[in-house]
Parts: sequence; structure tokens; C-alpha cells
Amino acid sequence: MERYGIPLEGFLVISTAMFFIGIYGFLVRKNLITMLMSIELILNSVNINFVAFNSYLFPENMQGNFFALIVVAIAAAEASVAIALIINIYRRFSNIEVENIDEMKY
Amino acid sequence: MTAYKIMFYLFAAMIIVFSILTVTSRRILRAAVFLLFVLISTAGLYFWLDYQFMAGVQLALYAGGIVVLIIFSILLTSHIDQKFTQPHWSKRIMAATAALSGMGLCLLLFLQHTFVPGTNPPIKNDMTAIGTQLLSTEHNGFALPFEVISILLLAAMIAAIIIAKKGK
Repeated sequence: MERYGIPLEGFLVISTAMFFIGIYGFLVRKNLITMLMSIELILNSVNINFVAFNSYLFPENMQGNFFALIVVAIAAAEASVAIALIINIYRRFSNIEVENIDEMKY
Repeated sequence: MTAYKIMFYLFAAMIIVFSILTVTSRRILRAAVFLLFVLISTAGLYFWLDYQFMAGVQLALYAGGIVVLIIFSILLTSHIDQKFTQPHWSKRIMAATAALSGMGLCLLLFLQHTFVPGTNPPIKNDMTAIGTQLLSTEHNGFALPFEVISILLLAAMIAAIIIAKKGK
């Protein structure tokens, strides 16, 4: 099960590396926008898996393709709401470091 | 070494190097540009797999939409010439241990597993087939998720406007 000499595991290794780099960034970073970037990395790695499985294992249907499309749409919605929240937080606290935002009272 | 192999390894190296730079760069705008490179290389992998529509969506929505949104919010909330302080070394080591152990576990699991491909003949993955199946209500049709996603996007848009609106 190879395509042009590349097995399915090649794609899985890339997406695993990207996923855990995203986890590392999410744990280490303190700025809200950089944490959002780590989440985008994680979502993107999952998309690579869906498309690779669809293409290598089940080329007779397109479920993986559509699922990846839906994940992209949800990522867009999530990013827009997250950025609206970040801008609102910036207005209240004048910075977006997670450590300074310890007050959730409205 | 065929051209396909070279392309695959090039995209793989770009994805991993720029992912690491995204989470370690100390300037926030550079991190956003590295994220853009990661997303473009991912679109390259979709082209490599012959999923043109998925690659186009990746370029238009991720690389064109989300990255621009992130860069705008960086410009609104941060000073460009400000550098992040390096996180404490114990925190970095803990996070790296968590990430590396999780990665080792996943690699161990799926490299031992043998994947069995389906035996049915592949279908053509072109724009006509995607459009027909996305809006079909028959078996294997995706009309309901499509409509649910449109409502989700509308809700997210209204929510973003209300949250980011100034004052009461």
C-alpha cells in the first residue's frame, strides 16, 4: 500500500509530530494569540490524517474529504469567536497574557 | 528518488521545521508567518494526494482567512517590536516531556498496526463528484452536515460581533 513510494505511515508521522508540537506550544505559551495558533496546528494535523486515510485506505468514498472540510469550517468559526474574545479581554485588561487574567467577573 | 518522493520529503520537512518555529519564535508576528508556511505546506500535501478541492479550501480559508484574522488581532493587541520572555526551563522541560511521551506512544501504536486498504475500486475525486455528494440527500449524502455548518457559521458570526462590540 504505497503511493509513489510513500506509505501511509509517512503522513501519520508528519501529523503526529505536528499534533504534539501544537500540544507543546499550548502548554508553554502564555500569550492568548500564540495559544490559538497552537490550536490551529492541532486541528490542521487532524485534517492531514483524515485526508490521508481517505486517500490510502478508502478511495471508494469521500467521507474523509468532507470531514476535513467540516473541520476547516469549524476552525474558522472557532478562530473568529476566539479573536473577538481576545480583543474584548484586551480592552478590559490592556494585555492578553493568561497569567494576568485571573478575574472572570463580568 | 522520483520527483514525487522529493516533493513529499520537502513538504514534510517544511511542516515540521515551521511548526517548531511557530511554537518557539519569540516574536509574535514571526510566529504567525511561520504558521502561514505550515498551512501552505499542508495544502501542498493535499495537492500531492490529488485532493485539489481540499487544497484549495486549505489555501483560501486557512492560509487566506484565519492567518489574516490572526495577524489583524496581533496588530490590534500587541507591540510588534516586543519580544516574549523565554518561559521557565522547568516548564519547557515538563511540556517537552509530555509532548514527546505522547508522540512516542502514538508512533509505537500505529507503526505496529497493519492498515488494510479497502478493496472497492476508487472513484474519481473531482469537483463534480464533490458537489453532487455534498448536497445529496441520498445514501452517503452530506446535505444535513452542510446545513448544520452554515447555521454554525452564522451563529459564530453573530456571536463574534456581539462579543467584540464596544460598550453597553
